[in-house]
Amino acid sequence: MSATTQPVYSYFPGCSLEATNRAYDVSTRNVARVLGLEMVELEDWNCCGATPYMAIDSKRSALLSARNLAISEKHRRDIVTVCSSCFLVLHKANRQFHDDSSLRGEIRQALQAGGMDYRGNVRVRHLLDLVVNDLGQEAIERHVVRPLEGLKVACYYGCQLVRPFGEVDDPEFPRLLERLMGWIGATPVDFGMGAKCCGGILMTTQPEIGLDLSGKLLKQACKAGADCICTICPLCQMNLEAYQARISARFGEDCRIPILYFTQVLGTALGLGRDELAWEDALTPVEMVLAGKGQRGQHE
Amino acid sequence: MNATQERELTKEFLQRVHAIPNGEKIDQCLQCGTCSASCPTSAAMKYPPRKILAALRAGKLIEVFESPTVWLCASCYSCTVRCPAGIPFTEVMYELKRLGITKGLLGKRTNGPAMAETFVDGVYKRGRSADAELICRYILRAHPAKVFSFVPLGWRLFRKGRLSLRTHTITGIEGLRKMMNAMGEGDAL
Repeated sequence: MSATTQPVYSYFPGCSLEATNRAYDVSTRNVARVLGLEMVELEDWNCCGATPYMAIDSKRSALLSARNLAISEKHRRDIVTVCSSCFLVLHKANRQFHDDSSLRGEIRQALQAGGMDYRGNVRVRHLLDLVVNDLGQEAIERHVVRPLEGLKVACYYGCQLVRPFGEVDDPEFPRLLERLMGWIGATPVDFGMGAKCCGGILMTTQPEIGLDLSGKLLKQACKAGADCICTICPLCQMNLEAYQARISARFGEDCRIPILYFTQVLGTALGLGRDELAWEDALTPVEMVLAGKGQRGQHE
Repeated sequence: MNATQERELTKEFLQRVHAIPNGEKIDQCLQCGTCSASCPTSAAMKYPPRKILAALRAGKLIEVFESPTVWLCASCYSCTVRCPAGIPFTEVMYELKRLGITKGLLGKRTNGPAMAETFVDGVYKRGRSADAELICRYILRAHPAKVFSFVPLGWRLFRKGRLSLRTHTITGIEGLRKMMNAMGEGDAL
């Protein structure tokens, strides 16, 4: 919000980063530190509600986000998150708050019932947007101590950062990650499915569909010769990472490939070590990739 | 459900959709099928997006509710960004989900409502969602017979310390509940 000095952001980790995807949290905090991004965890944040809450109650879903926005506004900070779902849910609620005056009134009244208020002065950002568009090429390149030469990366966005609004990047052919990978010396490979759906929550509720959708992504990335898939969303990461054996059996071909958070790939180029990027948490063999040796690339 | 009730249901659905930003564009559907062709899960749907609107116009919306279709929407927004008439179809799907739950019209063979309700309960209780608790409660609710099918993955995650059995309740939970109770139940936005 303040343009004169270095901005301080409210960091919104989101629920899945507390346990299941804690490597994303660890790597995010360390990358931000190295890049000099000041991020303070939003105090006593609550769940954004994700997609299930909207499917039950749209107003209370918006209210959940509004409480987080209210806390951040108190500190005069914009919110930054690394979860695509948290990003969209918070951003969408923020837009609704701005566009719909009757809803705005209802939200403010409800917040006041719990001793808070929100006036609409907070922006919601995804860290990828911040890194590429605010910091930019020069600042990133200056911090690279270990260019990832020869590492072939399938850049995967999934849905909720780019759709439906298309404000951060093109809704169907986003390029933020490809640009970032280029700046850190890696080679983005075009596997043609960067913004396709991994199945999201359907992996749990309708596994047959989830396995098919994630399977197609894994298959195409392997076919394109990628050493790893780089993700920007915790749920995408889980869906792509955790079911590779079942998917390989289902498709009758080897679909195993390391799945990394973009902060882990970026962090490696910034010289961060294995603990700082929580490599141990991975269920796929990420070591070779992060050691700068493309697993698949070596065979060629 | 008799014909009058069905007409009422259609009317209520349209009212709610018209209250969504750009929801009124639903009236301008060309039946071009771009939505269904863009949908990654339409192959599994009895009523893919285009057919939902065809059913609506034919006064057969009830058949859409009775199929598992709406809970197969993964919320990827591909239909929304491509619709030449500008219909925010993903929001229409959300409205179908909400109305179905409100009216008790839930398709058979779908676990979406159980997941959504379990999730919402957890957030009301703690202010946050704990993955391990959510999955356990969801399985017990949706398919208790399959409770052991999630064990192998659960164990792999647990060994990595990625499945925390501790749960965290936010400090401001009382305030959050007051806010939630003060907010009228949400129809469409």
